[in-house]
Amino acid sequence: MGRLKNIIQGNIRQYGMLVTLIAIMLFFQIITDGILLKPLNITNLILQNSYILIMAIGMLLVIVAGHIDLSVGSIAAFIGATAAVMIVNYQVNFIVTILSCLLLGFAIGVWQGFWIAYIKIPAFIVTLAGMLVFRGLTMVILQGASVGPFPPGFQKISSGFIPDIFAGSDLHITTLLLAVVFSGALIYLDSRKRTKRLQHGFDTSSVSMFLAKNCLITAAIMYLCYLLSSYKGLPNVLVILFVLTIIYTFITTQTVYGRHIFALGGNEKAAKLSGVKTNRMVLLTFANLGLLSALAGLVFAARLNVATPKAGTGFELDVIAACFIGGASATGGIGTVIGALVGALVMGVMNNGMSIMGVGIDWQQAIKGMVLLFAVFFDVYNKSKN
Amino acid sequence: MSNAILEMHNITKAFPGVKALDDVNLTVSHGEIHALVGENGAGKSTLMKVLSGIYPVGSYEGDIYFRGEECAFRDISDSEKLGIVIIHQELALIPFLSIAENIFLGNEQARHGVIDWHTTHVKAKKLMDKVGLQESPDVLVTNVGVGKQQLVEIAKALSKEVKLLILDEPTATLNESESGKLLQLLLQFKEQGISSILISHKLNEVEQVADSITILRDGATVETLDCKNGDISEDHIIFGMVGRDLTHRFPKRTVDIGKKVLEVQGWNVYHPLHAARKVVDDVSLNLREGEVLGIAGLMGSGRTELAMSLFGHSYGQNISGTVKKHETIIDVSTVERAIRNGLAYVTEDRKTFGLILDQDIKNNITLTNLQSVTNGLVIDQNQEILHCRDFKDKLNIKCSSILQKTVNLSGGNQQKVVLSKWLFANPDILILDEPTRGIDVGAKFEIYTIINKLATEGKSIIVISSELPEILGVCDRIYIMNEGRIVGEMEAKEASQEKIMKCIMQQAEELKHGTS
Repeated sequence: MGRLKNIIQGNIRQYGMLVTLIAIMLFFQIITDGILLKPLNITNLILQNSYILIMAIGMLLVIVAGHIDLSVGSIAAFIGATAAVMIVNYQVNFIVTILSCLLLGFAIGVWQGFWIAYIKIPAFIVTLAGMLVFRGLTMVILQGASVGPFPPGFQKISSGFIPDIFAGSDLHITTLLLAVVFSGALIYLDSRKRTKRLQHGFDTSSVSMFLAKNCLITAAIMYLCYLLSSYKGLPNVLVILFVLTIIYTFITTQTVYGRHIFALGGNEKAAKLSGVKTNRMVLLTFANLGLLSALAGLVFAARLNVATPKAGTGFELDVIAACFIGGASATGGIGTVIGALVGALVMGVMNNGMSIMGVGIDWQQAIKGMVLLFAVFFDVYNKSKN
Repeated sequence: MSNAILEMHNITKAFPGVKALDDVNLTVSHGEIHALVGENGAGKSTLMKVLSGIYPVGSYEGDIYFRGEECAFRDISDSEKLGIVIIHQELALIPFLSIAENIFLGNEQARHGVIDWHTTHVKAKKLMDKVGLQESPDVLVTNVGVGKQQLVEIAKALSKEVKLLILDEPTATLNESESGKLLQLLLQFKEQGISSILISHKLNEVEQVADSITILRDGATVETLDCKNGDISEDHIIFGMVGRDLTHRFPKRTVDIGKKVLEVQGWNVYHPLHAARKVVDDVSLNLREGEVLGIAGLMGSGRTELAMSLFGHSYGQNISGTVKKHETIIDVSTVERAIRNGLAYVTEDRKTFGLILDQDIKNNITLTNLQSVTNGLVIDQNQEILHCRDFKDKLNIKCSSILQKTVNLSGGNQQKVVLSKWLFANPDILILDEPTRGIDVGAKFEIYTIINKLATEGKSIIVISSELPEILGVCDRIYIMNEGRIVGEMEAKEASQEKIMKCIMQQAEELKHGTS
């Protein structure tokens, strides 16, 4: 019993928010008479929040490194506008456009990271400047008007679904098959890790814990994919999100780069004296966020099927809030990719649920603000108790 | 009894893992200068923090009586209200405010919340005259020297109608004439009825001004001496401070010194902010295989700056000079290159520069050499755990698990984690900066044992320490630093505390004559 208590206490920050997310979903499921978890609504929920989720992954790394980025919304708008002008006004091939836009986002990140890492200007100021600069440039290249629509190929990024090779059934079979393969892979990896730890004689979770955890995860994945498959199947953007989540979880937990970012955010001086190239790591985290903001900008433009000067306004706040709700520390050094995604989903589900209920956008803002405050209060309170 | 302004009875204060004060008594009479002496870590500063309310009532045991009344200070403003003012070793001034603003910080001369600048200036000037500070009250604190900053602190204390002034190592960073002035000021205050407690390592100063002396050792009072009898000798005080037989504080080892490993020639370093200030001045030194080399010197003598500049140019600018290892010049211009060339630097400030406190023991230890446990892109966490368990056993790190956060460890165990971290990088040359600062006697002995073992394994070790007994106890050879220069070198067998201090003093004398 004491062990269980330890496990719960040790993971309360991470799982606490996951439990909250599930509770919020159940609450809205009941109060909206089951609309929330309708296949159509779940698909919409994913499409509506995909760009926030993509940027939250990048923002998480920046926040863990002990910085902040206020410019992501403007960068997303700027990239969306650039793509629109290239495709619509100059008829550039959309694949060439996507690649050059991603490169441009990366370059913007390098530019901001350079001022922050090497010239030592606080990130808050550099990215505040970036927020103004790229919003302004967006209006310049769009000349104040909306540009669109996009060709169907480009729209597919966010409004497309993976093709069903076994067409004909009511259910989207490919989606279900992918879900089975993905769950199987997760179980295989986790059991391999467990066996290795047992070989070395390290402490591991008990068999029942292991089974319970894997059953829950598998059930969640299968249920989600079942819902999706009874509508149009897996959205393309969800596939992108899955891939990003896996890549960045791997980077943050398994690689030297990840370890160095956490060390840098935990104690920059100690990290530097341990041989971590702190300046380069800071530059890289911003470059990476530039890249992901560009991707988010493309997804957003493709979803609206138009690039507008006002696109992405206020995204930075949602993205930053997602990271903090998901347990990232405002002083750096602490946070997880999954946490940031859960944080973003908490906000997303609340938006969606309140909209279905007919709560006005004004109240939605106020309620979201309170959620952010209490989530961080919970974090601070937990720390002071330890 | 009625003559006492301050009585502290049976003060006991414990930190996790260390008993810093154990049943300490201190009585200060009206209008006297009371010196508090003891080795580093004897509990002097802790006692003063208890007295001034930094450690609030309830966090310690014992009673405090000030002017006959029992006190229960919850914070520093409580003690200041009664006229107890403490001036810390690290001055607590705001650099970009003026002298006048600093003097009245927290005590602004204001009417209905609006500052009365005229009164502020007039009063500041008066206080500055009292302490002999000749500057304009408008000058920013950052633009005056350390000696004058000290005077600003004292003027600030006077503005609070001080009855008992506590000075923690006030002359550590001052030169001879500034120190003289400060001591004169204390005597002046005594005439005016202000008592002071003077914490100092400089026994000649203590003898010069103190009316009585209390000696602390390992958190306990040894004795209180009355200077009026005039039979106080420096030897007597030192014996009281050190107390135990030095030979038993340091483990024995068989010394086997090999060929020359490291040679530094003509090393110069300038201050990172003030490009004209030379912090390390033409230092040359050498180090042999299996040797434990000591660098002694006062605070601010440039020892840490030397070590950090050697380790990847981590301190200073315009660094020049050569570093040779096994007769070939090596590049130490970044930390990474220094590590690759077999150097390691264990910092004096483990919380700021050594550990990532929010992370576990494992991540802290492997950070210096993650490549060695990485396959392709992936860190092999099982390998990590095996290595760290090994260190835990070898260095006897007391923890619930190597996944425990380092913030929750005691000072001695934190120090062992920092040591492990640098041993994991597998260096040939280890620079240990104040390796036993702030840890208790038992853990110190363990650290010394580890140092000996490493030397026996053929590693070369540089120990930087302010504690002369420690330098004498663990080192084979000693360099003495002062004002950024090496001013002496001696074999440990021939060295003594007096000889080292004399070395430092002589150079200070020479400098004085040189400039005058």
